[in-house]
Amino acid sequence: MSAVLRAQGLGKRYKQRWALQNCDLDIPAGRVVGLVGLVGPNGAGKSTLLNLASGMLTPTAGTIEVCGGRPAEGVEQLAKVGFVAQDTPVYAALSVADHLDLGKRLNPAWDDAVARDRIRHLGLNSRQKAGKLSGGQRAQLALTLGIAKRPELLILDEPVAALDPLARREFMQDLMEAVAEHELSVVLSSHLVSDVERTCDYVIVLVDSRCRWPATSTTWSPATTGSPDRAGTRRRCRPVSTSSPPATPTGRPPSWCAPTRRSTIRPGPSARSVWKTSSWPT
Amino acid sequence: MIEFHLNSRCGLSPYQQLVQQVRHALRLGLLDEGDRLPTVKDVAKQMAVNPNTVLKAYRELEHDGLVAARPGVGTFVTRTLADGTLAAHGPLRKDLQRWLTKARLAGLDDESIEALFMNTFRDAAGEDVA
Repeated sequence: MSAVLRAQGLGKRYKQRWALQNCDLDIPAGRVVGLVGLVGPNGAGKSTLLNLASGMLTPTAGTIEVCGGRPAEGVEQLAKVGFVAQDTPVYAALSVADHLDLGKRLNPAWDDAVARDRIRHLGLNSRQKAGKLSGGQRAQLALTLGIAKRPELLILDEPVAALDPLARREFMQDLMEAVAEHELSVVLSSHLVSDVERTCDYVIVLVDSRCRWPATSTTWSPATTGSPDRAGTRRRCRPVSTSSPPATPTGRPPSWCAPTRRSTIRPGPSARSVWKTSSWPT
Repeated sequence: MIEFHLNSRCGLSPYQQLVQQVRHALRLGLLDEGDRLPTVKDVAKQMAVNPNTVLKAYRELEHDGLVAARPGVGTFVTRTLADGTLAAHGPLRKDLQRWLTKARLAGLDDESIEALFMNTFRDAAGEDVA
């Protein structure tokens, strides 16, 4: 399976300060990936990484490849990637219908039926100006544009940060439905582990502008990145535990600590050590 | 059709909770052979979970020989886990309901009830072993 996002030695420097350093990533297609910054909500490098992936920024060091091409290189490449920046920006003076019209004219693969269905389903008045929408509605409109564009990869920068818990859940429900329906890959960032816990296949943790991968990169070899199967699952990211799993009479770890594809996340003071490659018995 | 629910405090991962809930429904006769499980897309939307999580749960159930996926149609129950005790479930459930009412009247909250039940359950299981 091809990689939807691949980075090698990726780095970005703003004047003297490195916002992102030595980032190596290899994310297979068809997955939902969470990007979590563990040092406060800001300054971990999440937005920088997403802006590099969408082509809004160019790297200072290393390379990044998205859906097999350089970010934002040419029309075809732009059509492959949907990007919803932080605070889900929309044009305040344009109506909901205007946004759909704009999307239709600007995107070659635009799926008008999906866009109109979603707007109807959300109960949005298509003549309403986007500036008058609530935060949750604005986020949903931005997500609609991102989904109807029918990209291979949808990048969402802090999509639910400004939403209340109910709107947050509705947003995630709709996102998961779109993932199931259109088989798109998603990279979304959040500073809340609970946002990504249930929705993501993989989690990338950024600490102090560096990637902390929950498992060694060898778990991302092509043999293990096919469709989710039992054997592959066991070789992928293992749940990271601070202690060894208790043994059972059969000598194997009990079922509750069987390796899952999505690693267990334990935020807190011990987070750094938790994210090192686990010493899980093989 | 089974309705799933997820509890973030129970210590089980979401996919394990889905597996457990299907197994329980099979044991209690709420799901029977030939019943269809909700589609991956529907569960993903309803629970706001990753579709791969649902897929993984269904695959585990398939591996256990409890369900079978028919491409394009859905996932169907192929084996029930209900046994001869099913007839006794009704009266036992009534007893439990009565006991729960009593516990509530005595002022126990959810956590106390759960603690009391699990503790007694373990004690009884321990006696059996001894």
